[in-house]
Parts: sequence; structure tokens; C-alpha cells
Amino acid sequence: MSVPPKTKTRTLTQSNRITAYLFLLPNVIGFLVFTLFPILAAFGLCFVKWDFANPMEFVGAKNFLKLFRDDGFQVSFWNTLYFTIVSVPLTIASALGLAMLLYQKVKGMKFFRTVYFFPYFSSMVAVAVVWNMLYHPTMGPINHVLRLIGVQHPPDWMTSVVWVMPAIILMSVWKQVGYYMVIYLAGLQAIPEQLYEAAIIDGVNPWQKFRYITLPMLSPSTFFVSVLLVINSFKVFDQIIIMSDGVPGRAMYVLVYYIYYQAFQLFKFGYASAIAMVMFLVVLVVTIIQFKFEDKWVNYHSM
Amino acid sequence: MVLEGARARQSKAFFQKLLIYALLLCGTIIMILPFLWMISASLKPNNDVFEFPIRWIPKVIQWDNYVDIWKKIDFLLYYKNTIWLTLVVMFNSLVTSSLAAYAFAKIPFPERKALFLLYVMTMAVPFQVIMIPQFVILKNLGLNDTLWSLVLLQSFSPLGVFLIRQAFMGIPNELSESARIDGLSEFGIYSRIMLPLSKPALSTFAIFQFVFVWNDFLGPLIYLTSDRNKTIQLGIRKFITQYGVEYGLVMAASVCALLPVIVMYVIFQKSFIQGIATTGLKG
Repeated sequence: MSVPPKTKTRTLTQSNRITAYLFLLPNVIGFLVFTLFPILAAFGLCFVKWDFANPMEFVGAKNFLKLFRDDGFQVSFWNTLYFTIVSVPLTIASALGLAMLLYQKVKGMKFFRTVYFFPYFSSMVAVAVVWNMLYHPTMGPINHVLRLIGVQHPPDWMTSVVWVMPAIILMSVWKQVGYYMVIYLAGLQAIPEQLYEAAIIDGVNPWQKFRYITLPMLSPSTFFVSVLLVINSFKVFDQIIIMSDGVPGRAMYVLVYYIYYQAFQLFKFGYASAIAMVMFLVVLVVTIIQFKFEDKWVNYHSM
Repeated sequence: MVLEGARARQSKAFFQKLLIYALLLCGTIIMILPFLWMISASLKPNNDVFEFPIRWIPKVIQWDNYVDIWKKIDFLLYYKNTIWLTLVVMFNSLVTSSLAAYAFAKIPFPERKALFLLYVMTMAVPFQVIMIPQFVILKNLGLNDTLWSLVLLQSFSPLGVFLIRQAFMGIPNELSESARIDGLSEFGIYSRIMLPLSKPALSTFAIFQFVFVWNDFLGPLIYLTSDRNKTIQLGIRKFITQYGVEYGLVMAASVCALLPVIVMYVIFQKSFIQGIATTGLKG
């Protein structure tokens, strides 16, 4: 930027400001009304009792205290945690595995990449509906195959309290693995070739190569992927509400489902907001912990 | 001896390649089979859908499924709604985001840093936290149960501002400075220099928005209650509860819901993957 003479600075700043705000206007209005204000309002709604029809009533921390006695919330919380703890490592392992395979300079890489990525951009509704049918306890192809290979009593998948979560997790990993694979592929491409060449001269075996070069060099990608995955796992909802029609009990309650249920079916806006806030805080704390441990294992190479 | 070693290495490398391809192929089958099954089932009469062993090419190809879905429920209306919603949101968010991005990238004004930081920070707040206040606002505006509610919610994407600003930042300031000296207005610089030069970023964001809006489920689920406003994603679900046994129809509807996204993806595959890879690296 060239520096204009001092006297003109103020008018220049003023006119810049006006131009800038003219450009910003369309977006800022929407941002203020539909993002910033709702964020602030979300904090306020936690402390009220409100069903929209009747006047708002301030209840202080009551909504939060209620959470301790509400086993619907507790079941949702543990189910969400279950989903997160199983699906995150599973997705990381399969995304890394696929990326490693694709990185071996194979022919048709573009084809494979497209195929693995395919489920990610497909609509969850369409995909969940198919999987629901694949999981059909008596007629579904998955159980046909299981019976074929000698499993006498294959699980009832979507109607079994025990198996419904593993079924949903498997389907979710299948759906999202391609996205994280692409991130890993980008990470792999950033590893300098010389490192491997030097290692080969030193006579390391493939496992050591993976363990002492690839894995540490990929740690920034793994860090990014795991942060993203945890955040997204806490938001799991679509596949649950689409697939869990008629599931016995509350095996499929997850946090977002419970928020949705409280807010838009029971119209308990205040209580639902409190649950949403707790969910947000939990995700925030987990993310902060992840960042705290970052320098313990993430290695930002400067090449 | 040496020759034998070389040969052993060669065959080892060969088997390694073979193993890699075998694994890749397994992965391919797992990823693609549900879709093939979907297509195959969409062309079968109801009784044949669960046939086992699976007959991939149906005995009788029932094209009727693809005709019936438009008759049994108002699928055409859902389709139109979705197309309208997707295009309007895509257009709006491209315009609002790129205008804001221009101010953030190229016009120095006092509150620039603070305001941009606010934008970036709100990106970290999950939609689920603010969906209740958003719903209340839109209800007060009298817009719930209209497609406009979703248009308003999705047209002002902080992510879009962020992505497009990155692209604008990459365009050298000398370019805009010299255009300014030549008497081009700020809007002229934005529309005639910045936009054409950042087509890759704009199209990446456009596809992201397309896929997001087209596939969105929770948004329509909350806002669109009456039948005439529903989108395809809700439409399919309605199929399941109403015609739960007619699997062939559900599958045909699912294929129709996927089609536009697949076409988009095939056309813009490169920038889509690029977009993910670069956002991934930035973390």
C-alpha cells in the first residue's frame, strides 16, 4: 500500500470504510441476524422455560440440574460417546489404510479415489435407506451372506438393542471414509521422497518405514482428522433418525436426536437449548484437550 | 546368485502389487456394492428385491418403478422445490460471500481484522447449538414452513467468505491498485478482476453448497412441515413410512435423489477433491 499524505488519511479511511461496509452489507446482515444473534440467544435460552405459546419464564440453572435426573439425556450422552469412541479410530484406521494403498503409485488411482469418495457426497437419506435394507434381519443380503459362511443366528441389526449401534457405526464409517482418505492422501503427498530414499539405504523394512517415517510425518493430518471426526461424531443425527424407525427402547438416542426431540416435538426450547449447550461445551473441552496433547505426538516438520 | 536375487526381488514386487490391487478391489466392492444393489433393486418388482443369491440384472426389468414414484407421491414437486432451493442458495451465497470476501481481502478499513476474526470464530459453533434460536427468529418472521427460511439460513455462509477471501488474497494487490489508478471503481475491480481470477475457488464453494443443500436433511426436517414445501430428502423418507413395503419404489426414488449430485460430481470432481485436500492441509 502506498502511503498517502497525512491530511488525506482520514478521508481515505472514511471512504474506505463506507466502501467496505457496502461490500459487506449483504453478508453482514445475514451474519448478524442468523448467526451471531442466535449464538448469543442460545446462551440466554438455556436459562428459561419456554414453549413458544406461553410467555418465557426465567428458571436459572434448573434446566441444567434437570439433566442429571433425565435418563433420556444420559442415554443419549453415552450413546453419542459410544458412537464417537468406536467410529473415530475405525474411520482413521480405514482412511489411512486406503490412502496408503492408493499412494503405492497404482494405475487407475483416479478411479479408485472416485469410488471411495462416492458415498461421502451421496445423500444420507438414500444411503441410509439402502443400508437399512441390506441390514434386514431375515431377507437382507448381509445376513444371507453371514448364514452362508456358517453364522447360525446372525444379528437382527436394526431391531436389536445390542446390534443397532454397531450397524450404524459401520455404515457411517463406510460413508465418511473417503473424505478423510483424501485428506490423508494430501498429507502423504507432502512427505519428502528423500526421507524414504535415505531409509532404504539404511536398510529399514517396510513396517519400520511406515512406523518411523510415514506415521510421524502424517501426524498433522491425523491430528486434523481426529479433531474433525470427534466434532462430527457428536453431531451424528441423520442416519439415526432415518434408520432407527421402530428400534426398541432408546438404543438409538443420541444428543442431537434428543435436542431435536425436545425442541421440535415437545417444544421445550429452553431445555433443548441447555442440552445443546452441554453438547457444545463437551465438544469444546474435548477439542481443547486434543490441542493440549498436540505437541506430545504431532510433529510439524519444516521441510 | 545376483541374478537370482534380482529375480526374487522382482517376483516379490510383483506379488506386492498383486496384493495391493486385491485389497483395492475389495475396498471398491465394499464401497460400490450398496449402490449397485440400489440400482438393481430400483428396477425390480417388489417381490424380487430381496432375492438371494442376488440377481444383479433383474429377471423382469421394471421401469415402472421410475414412472410410479412421480405418480404415487408428489415427487416432481419435491424435485422442483429442491432444485429451486439449491440454485437460489448457491447463487445467493456466492454473491454475498464474494462481496464480503472482497472487502476483507482488498479494502483496508479499521474494523477489518476484528470483524473477520468474529466470522472465523463463529464457524466453530455447531449448527445444532444455534438451530433453536434460528427457528424462533424465522418463526417470528413468519417464514417457517417456507423454502425462504432455508434460503435465509444458508445464504450467508461464513465458510464461503473464508474460502473466497483466501482466493482473493492470492491475487496480487498491484493488480487492483493499477486498476484503481486507471479509474476502475471498486465494484468494477471486484467484478471484472477478482471474480474472473478466482473461478476455481468460486466453483469449489459452489459445489460444496450444491452438495450440502441438495443433501440437507435436518434443515428441511425442522422447517418444512407441509407437503407442498418438502424437498426430495424428506420425500424419500415419506415413501418409507407410507409405502414401507414397496422397496423397488424407495430405491428408484433414492436413485433419482442421487442423480444430480453424481452429475455435478463427475463434472467438477477435480476442484471438489482439491477443495477438501487444501482445507485438510490448512488444519
